[in-house]
Amino acid sequence: MLITGELAALQKEIEKIARDYGLTFPEVRYEMVDYKTVNLLAAYDGFPIRYPHWRFGMEYERLSKSYAYGLHRIYEMVINTEPIYAYLLQSNLMVDQKLVMAHVCGHADFFANNLWFAHTNRKMLDEVANHAARIRNYMDRFGQETVENFLDACLSLDNLIDIHAPGVQRRAIVVKEDETPQIVKKMKAKDYMDSYINPPEFLAEQQRRLTAEREQMKKFPAESERDVLLFLQEYAPLENWQRDVLGIVREEAYYFAPQRQTKIMNEGWAVFWHTRLMTNHLLQSSELIDYAEHHSGTVAAHPGRLNPYRLGYELFLDIEDRWNRGAFGPEYDNCTDRVARSQWDKKLGQGMEKVFSVRRIYNDVGFIDAFLTEEFARKHKLFVFEYNEHINEYEISSRDFQAVKQKLLFQLTNFGQPIVDVVDANYENRGELYLRHHYEGIDLDRPYLEATLINLYTIWNRPVHLETVLEDKGMVVFRYGPEGGSVQAAQVMDGRALLERLGQLVKYA
Amino acid sequence: MSQTTAHRIDQDAKRFRQIVQGHVRQNLRKYVSNGELIGRQGKDLVSIPIPQIDLPRLRFGGKQAGGVGQGDGDVGTPLGPGDQDGSQGAGDQPGAHILEVEMSLEELAEILGEELALPRIEPKGKKNVEGGKVRYTGIRRVGPESLRSFRRTYRAALKRQMSAGLYNPDRPVVIPIRDDVRYRSWNVYPQPQNSAVIFYMMDVSGSMTRQKKELVRLTAFWIDTWLRHNYKSLTVRYIVHDAAAKEVDQHTFYHLRESGGTKISSAYHLCSRLIAEEYDPAEWNMYAFHFSDGENFGGQDDKLCAELLEERLLPVMNLFGYGQVPGGYGRMFMETITQIEDEKLVGVKISDRDAIFDAIKEFLGKGL
Repeated sequence: MLITGELAALQKEIEKIARDYGLTFPEVRYEMVDYKTVNLLAAYDGFPIRYPHWRFGMEYERLSKSYAYGLHRIYEMVINTEPIYAYLLQSNLMVDQKLVMAHVCGHADFFANNLWFAHTNRKMLDEVANHAARIRNYMDRFGQETVENFLDACLSLDNLIDIHAPGVQRRAIVVKEDETPQIVKKMKAKDYMDSYINPPEFLAEQQRRLTAEREQMKKFPAESERDVLLFLQEYAPLENWQRDVLGIVREEAYYFAPQRQTKIMNEGWAVFWHTRLMTNHLLQSSELIDYAEHHSGTVAAHPGRLNPYRLGYELFLDIEDRWNRGAFGPEYDNCTDRVARSQWDKKLGQGMEKVFSVRRIYNDVGFIDAFLTEEFARKHKLFVFEYNEHINEYEISSRDFQAVKQKLLFQLTNFGQPIVDVVDANYENRGELYLRHHYEGIDLDRPYLEATLINLYTIWNRPVHLETVLEDKGMVVFRYGPEGGSVQAAQVMDGRALLERLGQLVKYA
Repeated sequence: MSQTTAHRIDQDAKRFRQIVQGHVRQNLRKYVSNGELIGRQGKDLVSIPIPQIDLPRLRFGGKQAGGVGQGDGDVGTPLGPGDQDGSQGAGDQPGAHILEVEMSLEELAEILGEELALPRIEPKGKKNVEGGKVRYTGIRRVGPESLRSFRRTYRAALKRQMSAGLYNPDRPVVIPIRDDVRYRSWNVYPQPQNSAVIFYMMDVSGSMTRQKKELVRLTAFWIDTWLRHNYKSLTVRYIVHDAAAKEVDQHTFYHLRESGGTKISSAYHLCSRLIAEEYDPAEWNMYAFHFSDGENFGGQDDKLCAELLEERLLPVMNLFGYGQVPGGYGRMFMETITQIEDEKLVGVKISDRDAIFDAIKEFLGKGL
């Protein structure tokens, strides 16, 4: 049910103020829903029509139960489409609805302007419904279980995508093998000049490069492929419907990826604006207490957890403040006097301008990298925690700024997912698939790894391998093949040999 | 939108429940033997921890990962237990907990029955009549005005007027008088109900350790679940014995530690006395399960037990199960049991937790 009357008038008022501040966004359509529907929509990631899958049912049960026990309440939900759809909860107070609408203005502006959303399909509402219809159709034709099992296998690989792919030309233009020269051409030269114009060392070097290139081209894929789903879609021996299902899973994964890449910024930006709109314009004195309670609930810091709403919001505030004061640049950076730094004020007044440009060009990784300062980390008491196996507890391991920043950046890189490439699709010349995990100091979860490998096998239909590193074993290749049973692990290189090799690589790099 | 969408989410939820059931079915042996479910059971529901229902993905192992947090505390301040998975992705989500799904005991019994191929129990000939259902199907001449039946009242009036020649079809006026008024009233429909009573007897002599009692507890839980599924009302009585027997409540039954000798006959005596006093064999389906480690005091008592079984207990019982947990020395009571030939008597050795599954199948496999 679309909103009418007082709420519709309110929406107009709020959006007018937001636009006056410089926020730009397409039409927003609010729907008023009850708590049951909001849980349902949340289970479906905001889209009213999704393909049938048990995980939505599982999520819905979880949400319903935790709502029934009073553990959570979804205030707002917004989906990135054009027009933008947002949901209001029927039972909310008027002040909550105001807060939500102001908050949604922030999200809407972010979706419309942040560059990481530039490639997003804004007709996703229809697209997702089409996906649902297609998958339903396949289920009717091939059986629910068959399709569901395949869907499960695809979904278990849906984090193996190349998040930068929509914006980058990854694949080289294909050159046919016999068109590339096999022998290096010499430049024309008179005999006595030949050894100067075509020095033999140079020729040999060129020849080596050429041969290596040709060798490379014999490999398949020629260059390692990070978009594992795409690779499978193109080369795995699949039925047509399977290829389509895999494509659907991939498309939806790419749709949601930028939201996961910009979680901190997106939420921070929305809080930044709802605060401003509410406190400067919309709030009536009688609503103050309710507003304060709900706002503080949103940005509350839980011990041992990082609230993305809070971190993003505080960072935007910090940026605005610093650029207003001119507290940036070499002069500021080189100043070591703490008092002078804290009182630094050049009356630059560029804060607003800066936050708008930040919301346009950054994602979470860049955002944290560029704007998380030591002062900020100290002021907001950020720390790193680690698992201590002796007491089976997590404990604070460091308050060092570099450690905090590094940890945070690591968690955000590739939206917190391991980076895995297809390296060889004809491993040992047997048509087996070989994946490599880029190890960055943290082991993969072993039971999940084995189950995922089995799923990968159901798609590739030939033995599959995954190369990774286990802290206590060194480099290990996991393998799963048609003989079934369990996933086998073979140690390729023990820890010390691996370290030595890594050391050498670093030395010669 | 919401009608069809609501329908669809229900379908997804149903599918999820099917998968949960399938999971429990597949891992039933594990659930039966590790006893996780006991203590998670409420009145009709049992909450089942399901670790694996998740889409597996390549992800970082939780424990090494750690994360960034915010708040007070020095280096070394503990933040919480680590046996759950660490959170990922800037720590904005709570850790992935093991999923707990609720399942009704009814559903669980259904699965147990199917997996163990347990036959439905045929209740004994006579039914135990227990009250009945009240339904408003009758008509009376007296009753409260609120139950007055308009239609029946006018029908009675019409009948009377016609028989008295007062009814004129050209001017069809029907006027009820006091005598015509009819009231709806109730009838009682007796509902036959199968009632059953289980007697659990356990040896609590010094040799019965906590582990052995745990075996008994697990076995009893599943027997209960199955029998409850088959009988509308189920009464459970608990008897413990060492050299003497007494009746106790459930908690005491599992936690009591006595010491001293063992006279199994004492328990059988008490059981047959309870039956004689309270349960008419014609009306009750009776089950008895006796657990001990097989040590009994002397051949004399064994003989007495055999007599009691053959003459007093087995004739009235649907089933008498004897479960022998390991650890006794010398002559085992099991030998006495196996000498008695009666299809209502089942003796099973429960050597460890893994044997519970098969023990239940032995006990209940006959459908008695």
